Amino acid sequence: MNNINTFDTTTLWSATPEIFLLSAIVVVLLLDLFLTKSFKQTTYYLTQASLFIAGALAFNLINEPQTIIFGGSFILDNMASVFKVFMVGSAMVAMVYTRHYLTQHALFRGEYFILVMLSVLGMMVMVSGYSLLTLYLGLEILSLSLYTLIAIARERAGAVEAALKYFVLGAIASGLLLYGMSMIYGISGSLNINEIASFASSANLASRETLILNFGLVFLVIGIAFKLGAVPFHMWVPDVYQGAPTSVTLFLSTVPKIAAVAMLVRILVDGLGAMHAYWSDLFMILAVLSIALGSVVALMQTNIKRMLAYSTISHVGFIMLGFVTGVVSGYGAAVFYILVYILMSLAAFGMIILLNKKGFEADQISDFRGLSKHSPWFALMMLVTMLSMAGVPPFIGFYSKFFILQQVISAGFVTVAVVAVVFAVISAYYYLQIIKSMYFEESDQEISIVAPMDMQLILSINAVLILVVGLFPDFWMKLSLSLF
Amino acid sequence: MDNSLLSLLIWLPIFGGALVIFLGNQRANTARWVSVTISILVFILSLSLYTEFDSTTHLMQFEQRASWISQFDIYYHLGVDGIAMPLIILTTFSTILVLVAGWEVIQTRPAHYMAAFLMMEGLIIGVFSALDAILFYAFWEASLIPMLLIIGVWGGDNRVYAAIKFFLYTFLGSVFMLVSLIYMYNKGGSFAILDMHNLSLTTTEQAWIFWAFFMAFAVKVPMFPVHTWLPDAHVQAPTGGSVILAAIMLKMGGYGFFRFSLPITPDASLEFSEIVIILSLIAIVYIGFVALVQRDMKKLIAYSSISHMGFVTLGVFALFLAYKPGAAEGALLGLEGAMVQMISHGFISAAMFLVVGVLYDRLHSREISTYGGVINSMPKFTGFAVLFAMANAGLPGTSGFVGEFMVILGAVQANIWYAVLAASTLIVGAAYTLWMVKRVFWGAITNPDVESLADVNAREFGILAVLAVAVIAMGLYPQPIIEVMHVSIEHLLNQALTSKL
Repeated sequence: MNNINTFDTTTLWSATPEIFLLSAIVVVLLLDLFLTKSFKQTTYYLTQASLFIAGALAFNLINEPQTIIFGGSFILDNMASVFKVFMVGSAMVAMVYTRHYLTQHALFRGEYFILVMLSVLGMMVMVSGYSLLTLYLGLEILSLSLYTLIAIARERAGAVEAALKYFVLGAIASGLLLYGMSMIYGISGSLNINEIASFASSANLASRETLILNFGLVFLVIGIAFKLGAVPFHMWVPDVYQGAPTSVTLFLSTVPKIAAVAMLVRILVDGLGAMHAYWSDLFMILAVLSIALGSVVALMQTNIKRMLAYSTISHVGFIMLGFVTGVVSGYGAAVFYILVYILMSLAAFGMIILLNKKGFEADQISDFRGLSKHSPWFALMMLVTMLSMAGVPPFIGFYSKFFILQQVISAGFVTVAVVAVVFAVISAYYYLQIIKSMYFEESDQEISIVAPMDMQLILSINAVLILVVGLFPDFWMKLSLSLF
Repeated sequence: MDNSLLSLLIWLPIFGGALVIFLGNQRANTARWVSVTISILVFILSLSLYTEFDSTTHLMQFEQRASWISQFDIYYHLGVDGIAMPLIILTTFSTILVLVAGWEVIQTRPAHYMAAFLMMEGLIIGVFSALDAILFYAFWEASLIPMLLIIGVWGGDNRVYAAIKFFLYTFLGSVFMLVSLIYMYNKGGSFAILDMHNLSLTTTEQAWIFWAFFMAFAVKVPMFPVHTWLPDAHVQAPTGGSVILAAIMLKMGGYGFFRFSLPITPDASLEFSEIVIILSLIAIVYIGFVALVQRDMKKLIAYSSISHMGFVTLGVFALFLAYKPGAAEGALLGLEGAMVQMISHGFISAAMFLVVGVLYDRLHSREISTYGGVINSMPKFTGFAVLFAMANAGLPGTSGFVGEFMVILGAVQANIWYAVLAASTLIVGAAYTLWMVKRVFWGAITNPDVESLADVNAREFGILAVLAVAVIAMGLYPQPIIEVMHVSIEHLLNQALTSKL
């Protein structure tokens, strides 16, 4: 551990993905300035290439021994590397879908891709953050890029409103988080996660110290719940999802969720794992409320983006249930769930973007009417995605719910499991609404798909994976468990 | 030990279905031929389950076991005993009929229609042969998907409501089963169904697990009072959908009682058997009367299905009262009767729905009042229809009689009044079936359209003739079916009567 306090350039090796991505951002940003209109696509390709290399660098670091560098504020472990690979991978898929959306709606600008890379950088810092300060910095890099991304459609009133709402509520959440962090810092005397952990688990805590730790803990939990979008801190989710351009919603609903879960793990599991008894009760309430509200309110939505927003809230509830269990396998189940959720969410929003045309947003459930006739293949892909989200086997969404339920029941919360499955059945109703639109109803107008081939191909692979990983989930379950 | 026959039976139709989807609706005729060829091939393959079956043992046969999800010790474990094997053959048999019946009738997206039935066939065979609880659950739920689409895409005017109601009802029932399966895994450390049979459970645990299973299986059977999805689904489903629904999907519920409820929760089954028996009797008697007043032929047959499936649950749960130490015959008769009733109902309900389908294809009406005097224009068809109606009413010599008679014999051992109530269905059943026959087929022609009806063509004749042979053969000589299941049923009876406490 002697490398904690001395700066050694060889340790930079552990941060290569971040360092590379940061340099790439600067280069692409400058380059973008000099590109003429006809070469704007170059930015897109450079972004994809940068992300790919960053992902490859992160992949390269998998199975490296755990290293803590930069004065204890940055950690490289398997969880960080695997999460980075998944984040970069899903960001790349999201960019493929995004390009179609941006071209159709005349939003194609170089800054968009720069901001996306910047937010990925923020998330990378978050998953590797090992001090409260690094985590917070990562979070702010992420959030500020996201606020701007939403507002990039500046002539749309809805988008500006969503950006403002997200900004205000996000700032409150950041403030709460920071307040909690300062309390923890104040009582434990350190920003480093491992020092906080050893403080929180020391046997001779005065009751005053426990009290302040708890006080800080509550603020941290609220801040994290805000970022995850758990009830009752979910108010921003539906409005932002609906108001933001669909390509941003796609990005927003997928990649940052991994980062939020990583932050949760770093702070609550690694740092305050000793206080599990305190925060698991809070999580239980948040989880059950999220599952319930997410499932019920989504029933009434006609806008598919808003519906998926509520569906996200209910998925977040399931993820939080995994953390309630307080055992490593429960955390593994939650991580498995988040990876599965991202796969499904990419496909769902990808399908919406697929149907986009100039002046046509395809964000109403009724816009899917008759899709099975005009494009049987993509209707099938959407069917797979929706049933997977509803938790119907043999699709992957079933196994993620199964894993969580198994852990919840094994922790002794059978009633909670029953409540969760009942709401899962209720939520099946709104997923069926989309299947109903696609298969059981006829459309009065022709649906034509104008998306480029690369998007169609990636989207198909994305949706087919939902089935294939569902048939062979073993590897992913083991991978998720191995991260703890 | 490792026999891939069952895997072949499961995956051949599923991949065949995928192939048919790939062929597309433009090449409808190729799609039809390919589908029917695959279904016939699967049927022939499934016959070797029967010919190579060892009926002297209750152990699982044709077993195949491979690691699937090692994280939870979930295995891809297949195998059949005398209870599952006949149901698999029933499935492969009915699928051929359904595909042939949909040959000309289905003109919208014919390839997808055929593919949906093929895939469903594979999934249902999976349900009957899975020996791992999660594998079972996966097949069980997955089989809802093709049915949802069949009802929703090719159904009647109110198909959307019926399809979603069908899906949600059965989905809600089965999630509780999932919770109890996980509970037992956490307790016993295994998802193997046969290990669960030996898992010791306390009275309270058994009670909860019993009701969780009951939710899943009672909805599927369906039992009173959770039967309301069935008439809607049947009425709206296309003929083929109704046939598979009645002939096979309902049997999944009955099979669940055999495979899960009795062996896993014997004490709870004993404790709550009277409640189930009473619900079964309500289904048999009350739903019989409900059938009497129906104006829609499909609805009438749907209600008659519920009433007949009441015999299955009655036969299963009457065993606890019918069993007297040293004289197991009554209990055994009830259980075997339940099995025979399931198979026989598979034939008869399929035949009845096909009969209605033949009429519907011609006049596009299911209303009884549309018809009258059909015999005048369709004599051959009426011959079949009357035969199936008689079988539905339980006429001796048809398969409908055998199962009901055995269950009633079992019920007599349990309580004479149960038997009396159950036997009353022979009167009510005859009443609603024959009254329908009278109004639809006999008498003078009341509607000019009926006059111009063309009699059955060769294809329809073939389907109905095959079913007629099956119904009569099973009615006259049910021994081959009873023989294969006998040892398995005896073993099940032992399991059900051995307390786990």
